[in-house]
Amino acid sequence: MSARFAVLLLGLLCAGTAMAGDAAQVAASHAWIRVMPGALPAGGYVVLENHGDHAVSLNAASSPVYADVMLHKSSTDTGMGRMEKVDMLAIPAHGKAALSPGGYHLMLMKAGAPVKVGDKVRIVLQFTDGSALAVDFEAKPANTVDGGDTSEMHHH
Amino acid sequence: MKPRRLVRALLLLSLLLGSLLLAACQRGGELPWKLTNVSGHMPDLDFKLVDDRGKPVTGADYRGKVVLMYFGYTHCPDVCPLTLAQLHVVMQRLGPLADDARILFVSVDPARDTPDVMHAYVNAFDPHAVGLSGEPRALEALSKRYRSAYTREPDKGDGQYEVSHSSAIYIFDRDGKARLLSTAADAQDDLVHDLHLLLDIGAKP
Repeated sequence: MSARFAVLLLGLLCAGTAMAGDAAQVAASHAWIRVMPGALPAGGYVVLENHGDHAVSLNAASSPVYADVMLHKSSTDTGMGRMEKVDMLAIPAHGKAALSPGGYHLMLMKAGAPVKVGDKVRIVLQFTDGSALAVDFEAKPANTVDGGDTSEMHHH
Repeated sequence: MKPRRLVRALLLLSLLLGSLLLAACQRGGELPWKLTNVSGHMPDLDFKLVDDRGKPVTGADYRGKVVLMYFGYTHCPDVCPLTLAQLHVVMQRLGPLADDARILFVSVDPARDTPDVMHAYVNAFDPHAVGLSGEPRALEALSKRYRSAYTREPDKGDGQYEVSHSSAIYIFDRDGKARLLSTAADAQDDLVHDLHLLLDIGAKP
């Protein structure tokens, strides 16, 4: 329990570091997680809008809940379902980038405690300039096709 | 007078026969499919695997049902859940008819996908879904039978790995005959349309 608290505190501290920089010009919406049974990896999805005059790049993410968060991209080109790790995702100036099922997504692994449908899970999105944006993702059932109908956002 | 009447009768008869033949064709596989028709180009449903309750099953156990077969694995966080979630919506759209359909989710990752894991996984999506796993050789044989391919990608160092796999959905009629192929590019309406047609033909159990 105290370990979990420490992780949580660490997460909050991380979130606290999210201030100016690229993160400040990015708005997150439609943030959700597909909750999978047991300890199976889950997908995290969010729409990122860049209101700034210069492009920004998402290059990492972390969470107080999942020990392992990776930026991935799925593709079904040539009839093969594949997944690959990506180093960064660019969001053009005054543009949008969507992490959505079947494309870019966050692969969430090693949850410290089981994530239940309805939970809000904080994920901190990190940008190449070192700034960060904390976003609360809503945990949705496994059989959700596209859960991006609600949004939670925290700007720092 | 008489020969003209005969000609007319013959004409009428041929018209009648023609429309009968047309109707017969419609029954015999010339249905207005919207998905890719693979009738006669792929082998019947046949396998020896283990279902998600740990029971040995064969293709014959699913005769009488329209089968949607999809290869995937439970540690696949994005494409497999998306496909199964979409199939869940399709089943909901079929309503009570869905009871005559089964989604067979075949594992391409037998090392991690035990019946228990598969059971929790498929049940998170749809009550008509069955998780099939089994001997690696049996799974390979099934995959080869449908010219489906899968590759285990290199280990990421912590025992975690991905498996690339064919993303098509193979659809069989109630007699276990391969009928249609559906890909991610197909509209959901087309899948629902064709399943209605398939559920309408063949011997019901």
